[in-house]
Amino acid sequence: MTDAMPEPTPAGAWTATTTGAEVAALDDAGAGPRTFEPGPAEEEEPTVTLRVWRGDPSGGDLVDYTLPSEEGEVVLDVVHRIQATLAPDLACRWNCKAGKCGSCSSEINGKPSLMCMTRVDELPEGPITVTPMRTFPILRDLVTDVSFNYEVARRVPAFAPPPAAPGDYRMQQVDVERGQEFRKCIECFMCQDVCHVIRDHEDNKRQYAGPRFFIRYAELEMHPLDTNDRRELLRQRMGLGLCNITKCCTEVCPEHIKITDNAIIPLKERVVDASYDPVAWLGRKILRRHKRSPEEAAAHPR
Amino acid sequence: MTTLDNTTVTPVVIGAPRGGPDAPTLRQDRWWIQPLVTVTVLTVFVVYSTWAVFVNKDYYVGIAMHRDLISPFYSPCIAGSCVAGAKGTAIVANWWRITPALIVIGGPLGFRLTCYYYRRAYYRGFWQSPPNCAVADGHRRYTGESRFPLILQNVHRYFFLIGVFFNVILTIDAVMAFRMPGEGGIGVSVGTLVLCVNAILLWLYSVSCHAARHLCGGHVRTFSTHPVRYRLWKLLTPLNGRHMQFAWASLIFVALTDLYVRLVASGTITDPKLF
Repeated sequence: MTDAMPEPTPAGAWTATTTGAEVAALDDAGAGPRTFEPGPAEEEEPTVTLRVWRGDPSGGDLVDYTLPSEEGEVVLDVVHRIQATLAPDLACRWNCKAGKCGSCSSEINGKPSLMCMTRVDELPEGPITVTPMRTFPILRDLVTDVSFNYEVARRVPAFAPPPAAPGDYRMQQVDVERGQEFRKCIECFMCQDVCHVIRDHEDNKRQYAGPRFFIRYAELEMHPLDTNDRRELLRQRMGLGLCNITKCCTEVCPEHIKITDNAIIPLKERVVDASYDPVAWLGRKILRRHKRSPEEAAAHPR
Repeated sequence: MTTLDNTTVTPVVIGAPRGGPDAPTLRQDRWWIQPLVTVTVLTVFVVYSTWAVFVNKDYYVGIAMHRDLISPFYSPCIAGSCVAGAKGTAIVANWWRITPALIVIGGPLGFRLTCYYYRRAYYRGFWQSPPNCAVADGHRRYTGESRFPLILQNVHRYFFLIGVFFNVILTIDAVMAFRMPGEGGIGVSVGTLVLCVNAILLWLYSVSCHAARHLCGGHVRTFSTHPVRYRLWKLLTPLNGRHMQFAWASLIFVALTDLYVRLVASGTITDPKLF
């Protein structure tokens, strides 16, 4: 794991005090947490210590890396400096460093966060714990296998507009605006990570879409041209009823999408309309209202 | 067109190794404060309101004190056992022998129990499911609100309507509190203001409710074809963003209103007339 250690450097520079062989020996002996510390310095410099989870599917441990702190750094910057100096084999996923790609999701001091948007000076004093997202299988170090989300994404019934010639579709601005909030999603999957329905009860993954996909369902259900009815699907197969609206998804969303208030609860209310509300059911029967097929919608546009 | 039949179960590998230490949480902040405060406030409210409901006295300040103030826990007082003056409605359940508050309390209690905000609060605080974000759930099995009894949370919209009915009654009570019986005419006392603030907070809590937002316009697919519903929805949406604040404020104030009426009715304090 730490075969490529940095060369010894002059006093005052920063380096690892434990060699790769020593680390392996410590591991074999089951000794305490491994630590990389600064070399002898001429004067005291402010430091930052990252306690990073290192490991793979066979197991792992927290490893301390101490580096000189730099003003205005985010956690991802420190991880990159660790890769550049102390642990070149440290695996982490990142891309934009601007909070827009959703790649560097991890758990910082136990809370799902984007490493590139978490400033070191805003965290409490002491070592900063950086661990991979807990809900997904580990690949290596801070990198997890998020393919569960892509499987769920494949199962979202696609947008189904009524048949019309290209260019003939018309939508009003007020209807288009409604779903724009949901399109801000950067697919960091931190809402999926923090959701206790699958975080603490993994067996629910087979029957639960999760907050990220509930906003996708909400966007489609509120689309002015869509003709699909996904309410029974949400109730029976996508586990909308499993959500107990504890709002953690909203709390961790880096795009500040009001996932619970604007997507999950409106979907729950629509499911109530379709399945649990006897007055709504009676109203539909008496007024002969039902979801229109694409053909009906095309024949009688509203 | 339903999309139920052409969807397959999500293929996932259950039990694959996960990263990170195997600990209930790695959070270092004081995450336990929020559920602790929730549990404390709700427990105090439940204990106080239970006592207030069953004590069955000092819930009405009448003509003897030149006021017309009734506790929100006892309004509308429709039981035959209600004290004279408190019976403000035509319907009187003469057969009801126990505390009249029991007739009243079910509607508002159901509204708050099924409220989306309170669900979050007590699932976190009392049920530990989860105690806070990224803190391990306190239960081994979890079925959420998909099975009995929690599937009954879906009746929230009916309790919302019942809550609106009680708001109308309490608003009438607040208006009646401007009367100063025995002194003649109308006036404003501290009790009047207390009942008015209570009614306003209850209205704010009710109209900011998620069910209200859905019923008034959230359920439509196209706002452009429902302009009135859209205006209503747009009006309620910012209030909905403060639903939590209204929930706590109205809960605490309803208990304070009962306490104030109780203190005045028992003669512990007098209700000062302002003008």
